[in-house]
Amino acid sequence: MEIFRVKQDIPFMKYSRLSAAISIIIFVLSASFLATKGLNLGIDFTGGTIMEVSYPDGIDVQDIRDTLQSIDLEDSQVQNFGTEKDVLIKLPLKEGQSIAELSEKVSSALRLDNNSMQVRRVESVGAQVGEELYEDGALAILFVCLGIVLYLAMRFEWRFAIAAIIANMHDVIIILGFFSLFQWEFNLTVLAAVLAVLGYSVNESVVVFDRVRENLRKASMRNSTISEVMNNAITRTMSRTIMTHLSTQTVVVSMLIFGGEILHNFALALTIGILFGIYSSIMVGCPMAMWLGTTQKNLAKNVAEDTNKTTG
Amino acid sequence: MNHQPNQFPRWKNILIITSVLLSLIYTLPNFYGEAPAVQIMTLESGGKIDTSILKSIETTLKESDISINRLIIEDIGIKVKLESTDDQLKAKQLIQDVIGDNYVVALNLLPNSPNWLTSIGALPMHLGLDLRGGVHFLMQLDMSVAKNKGVDNLLIIVRKELQKEKIPYFGSTKIDDSIQIKFKKELDRSAAKAVFESLGTGRKIQVKRLTKETAAYTFVETNSANEFILNVTPNTYTNEDTRTVALKQNLETLNNRINELGVAEPIIQQQGSDRIVVQLPGVQDTAKAKEIIGRTAMLEMRMVEENPEVVNASIAGKIPTGLEIFNNRNGDPVVVKKGAVLTGERIVDAAPGVDSVNGRPVVTLRLDSPGKAIFKRLTRDNVGKRIALILIDKKMTEVVTAPRIQSEIGGGRVQITGMSNSQEATDIALLLRAGSLATPMEIVEERTVGPSMGKENIDRGIKSTIWGFMAIIVMMAVYYMGFGLVSVIALSVNLIFLVALLSIIQATLTLPGIAAIALTLGMAIDANVLINERIRDEIRNGNTPQASISIGYEKAWGTLLDSNMTTMIAGLALVMFGSGPVKGFAVVLVLGILTSMYSSIWVSRAIINYSYGRRRHIDKLSIGEIFKVNNN
Repeated sequence: MEIFRVKQDIPFMKYSRLSAAISIIIFVLSASFLATKGLNLGIDFTGGTIMEVSYPDGIDVQDIRDTLQSIDLEDSQVQNFGTEKDVLIKLPLKEGQSIAELSEKVSSALRLDNNSMQVRRVESVGAQVGEELYEDGALAILFVCLGIVLYLAMRFEWRFAIAAIIANMHDVIIILGFFSLFQWEFNLTVLAAVLAVLGYSVNESVVVFDRVRENLRKASMRNSTISEVMNNAITRTMSRTIMTHLSTQTVVVSMLIFGGEILHNFALALTIGILFGIYSSIMVGCPMAMWLGTTQKNLAKNVAEDTNKTTG
Repeated sequence: MNHQPNQFPRWKNILIITSVLLSLIYTLPNFYGEAPAVQIMTLESGGKIDTSILKSIETTLKESDISINRLIIEDIGIKVKLESTDDQLKAKQLIQDVIGDNYVVALNLLPNSPNWLTSIGALPMHLGLDLRGGVHFLMQLDMSVAKNKGVDNLLIIVRKELQKEKIPYFGSTKIDDSIQIKFKKELDRSAAKAVFESLGTGRKIQVKRLTKETAAYTFVETNSANEFILNVTPNTYTNEDTRTVALKQNLETLNNRINELGVAEPIIQQQGSDRIVVQLPGVQDTAKAKEIIGRTAMLEMRMVEENPEVVNASIAGKIPTGLEIFNNRNGDPVVVKKGAVLTGERIVDAAPGVDSVNGRPVVTLRLDSPGKAIFKRLTRDNVGKRIALILIDKKMTEVVTAPRIQSEIGGGRVQITGMSNSQEATDIALLLRAGSLATPMEIVEERTVGPSMGKENIDRGIKSTIWGFMAIIVMMAVYYMGFGLVSVIALSVNLIFLVALLSIIQATLTLPGIAAIALTLGMAIDANVLINERIRDEIRNGNTPQASISIGYEKAWGTLLDSNMTTMIAGLALVMFGSGPVKGFAVVLVLGILTSMYSSIWVSRAIINYSYGRRRHIDKLSIGEIFKVNNN
């Protein structure tokens, strides 16, 4: 089977202006969502308590709300998830309230009402810990970006490195934009997904750039323009791009279906990251490298070195 | 162009086969599951199990028809592997009755893998709390209290030393983080400085790190009319040592408390300079765990002010310097002197009991040896006076009890009377035992996972992985035919490598960790897709099948290295900055990249070489249909 039966290189670069426009629009939209709505940060970052409780015979959430009101926790959120047996309770951080006592207070009050109640999961994070996790997360993103830029600058060329990281950040901003628009909860596991996307989507750019470099080295392409070189590189990696993403996406979909509550948002972030990863490596990374002025000459030095390596 | 033939040298083939076989063996233990067991540990830290109890355990279980699957004797305790969870619960009770209160019997799960696997060190992966259920706490220590207490203690010691050396001074007070002492003569002041310096030396013996010549204290001298004033501030590293000591003390206290809980394989670790992580796998009664661990109080013994005039004035609101006022458990005020004469760190144990003479409820305290000496001097000098036992917590401070000193107490055993009933005695004993923290701490993070949830999480993780994997198999086989199947085999080997590696390093598997396994599989196939596409490319370019394989692998290598390195950078950042669940994800991701490079490049190549490499002539590779552009 062969999906892409292309006779000629697809002129991707011809659409680079269009794709730039699309990217800028999506970027601006994402940024404005982030600016206006912000992220719905989970308790990992804000501090607070989440309790997952289950009732074998089901329960009306209003009963739980009433119980919580009776112990002065009216600002808590109560919602069903999955079935009516499972209930998720979110309690905000309160000044002077020990988080250890809070969950015990809630569970004993609920148990008093309905003895069949079972606590399935409790997560409580203090304000300071939340802040630190947030800082560490930001640091991790920064570190990853710097690391990738340095590595690519070393292996390829700084233009490629910058182009790849812009294509990458583009994906991250879009993931964040989605999470902001739909107000999905952004927690530690989602952060892990975002970082995984950072590493994964740069893969994509590397594969394409690698072909670009190879093409620049070829005698048959010596007279081609840089955009022809890129078109050829993208077209020839197309089949691989689709197959790889398809298989990764399959696994992620499987996680989305079977992974349950904890992995749900993680898989969502990966899905967005993978889908936009394809787009950005083709329609953002390459044009970027082109506009930054990649030419045969830029790469000549690296190319010469590499050729020596392969022949030697 | 000459390319390496599609034959691996023999050593490479042997290496690959050996590594696959070894991985298979080390993956095995994960499939046997776990068997219920009970674990017997001594209550005293560092205590050894008396082997004579082994016999009594065996006979007791035999009498009750509970068959022992296996008995494992370790330094820290005895593990008894049993057949069923019913047996486990019965055995726990029976053993506890037989061996008494000096031991704790805890429920545990032990790997069910055959002995020959265990004996070669092949153990299953550890399951994280989210997969087996349990509690995770992060405790924050309040170091300002420790620092404050350090200065308090210094003041007490210095006063004693100055008295001993007969250096006259007329006033010594604590001002913020420093001590101020006033002297009449300059000579006395210099003598006092020497005393401080000798104290610094004294501490050098205690704390290893202090063998440096840096001074322990900073001195500031000021003079006013007839007064020679010395200000002493402990230096940063002196404070740091106070911290280290406080942290160590709190760790030890937590250890003792958790022993009391009877938890198998708890994790109690320092995190950063002022935090402690506590993980209790399998604990279901979180309320009890929290009550015992979360007792964050600190105990101090202080002298009670007994002059009725001063007491009344204090209660009326005019509290003289050097005195403080706290309520007792009935809400009545008690006026006490500032500065602890003894702290909870010195208490080894506190137990409720009855007075052998009059049968009244009492609490018996046991002190450690420095505590004994201090208490002996204290009681000798203060017979007839009252001493208050104060519990200091983050939110409130209360006087637990304030007994009168009846006589000099030398043996380190202190009996406190005055309890109205045995319940009160039990409560007070509990509170006193709880007070042995060097500095208060509070729970700043809690993650609890119920046992049913843990099982579900395993189920979810495995399902996600298996279905994802199946889909990949189908896709690869349809699209790349024979080469697709080879890729899938390489991918399966990758999975085995990864699980084996995680088992060997005894990594803790969490749900995000399983997600990382699934994700790594999805990403690992990229390598084989890339290789297969390259081979197709070469065939399209008109190369022979053999040459196409060789060039395809060779060209793919550079790309694979670059693309995997970037993912590796992301993974490493996560390992460094991630905490808890994220770290579990990152470790698997990083290892997965390594195993996937090995298996997708070497293992797949070995199989390809085996099936195609030896043939002189190949018409066609089974790599799916290749579309050729014929206009060149």
